[in-house]
Amino acid sequence: MTKSFLEVDGLSKVYPDGLGGELTVFEDIRFALEKGEFVCIVGHSGCGKSTILNVLAGLDEASAGNVVMNGKEVKGPGLERGVVFQNYSLLPWKTALNNIVFAVQARWPKWSKEKVKEHSERYLKMVGLDHALNRKPSQLSGGMRQRVSIARAFATQPELLLLDEPFGALDALTRGVIQDELVKIWEETRQTVFMITHDVDEAILLSDRIFLMSNGPNARIAESVKVDIPHPRARATIFQNPAYHKTRDYLVDFLVNRSGSALPEKDGSPKVAEPAKGVAQPEPATAQSETESETAARAVNA
Amino acid sequence: MASLNVRAALLSVSFLVLALGLWEMATQPPEADAAMTEYERLMGGADQESRVPPPSEVIKLAWAELSNPFYDAGANDKGIGIQLAYSVYRVLTGYLAAMAVALPIGFLIGMSPLMYKALNPYIQVLRPISPLAWMPLALFIIQDSDASAIFVIFICSIWPMLLNTAFGVANVREDWVNVARTHELSPVKTALTVILPAAAPTILTGMRISIGIAWLVIVAAEMLVGGTGIGYYVWNEWNNLDLASVIFSILMIGVVGMLLDLALGKAQKLVEYKE
Repeated sequence: MTKSFLEVDGLSKVYPDGLGGELTVFEDIRFALEKGEFVCIVGHSGCGKSTILNVLAGLDEASAGNVVMNGKEVKGPGLERGVVFQNYSLLPWKTALNNIVFAVQARWPKWSKEKVKEHSERYLKMVGLDHALNRKPSQLSGGMRQRVSIARAFATQPELLLLDEPFGALDALTRGVIQDELVKIWEETRQTVFMITHDVDEAILLSDRIFLMSNGPNARIAESVKVDIPHPRARATIFQNPAYHKTRDYLVDFLVNRSGSALPEKDGSPKVAEPAKGVAQPEPATAQSETESETAARAVNA
Repeated sequence: MASLNVRAALLSVSFLVLALGLWEMATQPPEADAAMTEYERLMGGADQESRVPPPSEVIKLAWAELSNPFYDAGANDKGIGIQLAYSVYRVLTGYLAAMAVALPIGFLIGMSPLMYKALNPYIQVLRPISPLAWMPLALFIIQDSDASAIFVIFICSIWPMLLNTAFGVANVREDWVNVARTHELSPVKTALTVILPAAAPTILTGMRISIGIAWLVIVAAEMLVGGTGIGYYVWNEWNNLDLASVIFSILMIGVVGMLLDLALGKAQKLVEYKE
């Protein structure tokens, strides 16, 4: 078996339940991510999604199991894993630009001041904030703050990007705009992304695969749903794809009817579901277009 | 309609005029209805009864003192500027020494729950001690009245700074600390680039409380140790029964205290941030 880029093996988290006993939030979480994949994880509140993400980030420790990235065990936080928090977590005494400079300097301490600044400005420009370089977070709207936060994470070019419900606190209109921006940046950079969301449409728009979690306690990642929609995607046109509706119906059915009882495969890995398999695609088949874009991305990087 | 500021200023001035007017009227010397006796003439016409001087007298004296604040005519006759400078020097020396101790220890206590629990009992016992209660011990150990006054300022400035620093550091938002952690900052860098700016407003609040207390305490300390300083000056003028000077120096204590507070307030503005 070939090693994946990121392997999560038998992760579980146990808290004392306050009555002398123990509460297992999630257990035996197993999954693997390949380089360049965008994976969303969806599940009801209380299933421990955020804890899983924090364990991947190294900010929290699992009670059992381990995480291996690039053949190395993940212990503690590190710059090779970037995090975008739901509440932005910008440093309020720094300007938008300096928040990014702060991260870039930490990532490449040997870079000259000019290089750091130029690099930071480029990423702020990518999220459309080149007009707000010198504003403090308190002078920015929620959407703009989250853009700065996303720019900060992308600017450090981590090998794995962890997004913890990045659009959860934003209004629907702003959320849509930033989703499109995230799609654009991701098409450009092809980062490996692991993201938590509550929004099924958002998950379909962004991901290659969607992990579905059963309800806590004792939550598991029950299924891994393949999103058979070719890149590049756009929020405005994705509804026209028949695969979109198949996938969406499947996800909603899981969350409404099956999340209480769903179980993974016997070996603990998520069941693979392909709800849109065989649905006629308006564009070339998914598998092919993905390899194409991957080759293209590699060509750009080379 | 004049702006709020103008109206407030007008009202302030009229309160002042009213208060000074009442004071002036209440402190007029009684009319001399008879010619002075021989004794009274020998006493230079002084009243038998001592009265609080009227504001006109205080203002006259203030004008004279402030037009030449730095004269030095021997140990018991120095200008108000020199006396205030001595006091400010002592306050700042003690205060800076307290900063050098309180800020690092506050940081330590704020960052380490272990150190907090270990040191907290001592802080709670030492904090309520009146700083002047240290004076005899300080005089005995240090054997120098000037340094003892500075020590008293040091000891009274420490507590608000220490506790506010610890509180500010302990309550830095976890998100910001996580930002430092995910960016692999060293502990020293985290302390300087994330925790210090995040806690700075709280620390400055503590420093502002400290400078206020230090200025309150220096007057009492100088009354005890004597020699120089505004506290000594007040007490000395009381012994001279020069109440106009006493009132004048009380006012000056207020003005300098306000300036010190204003300076710290400005510094506080510099480090403030909005979330």
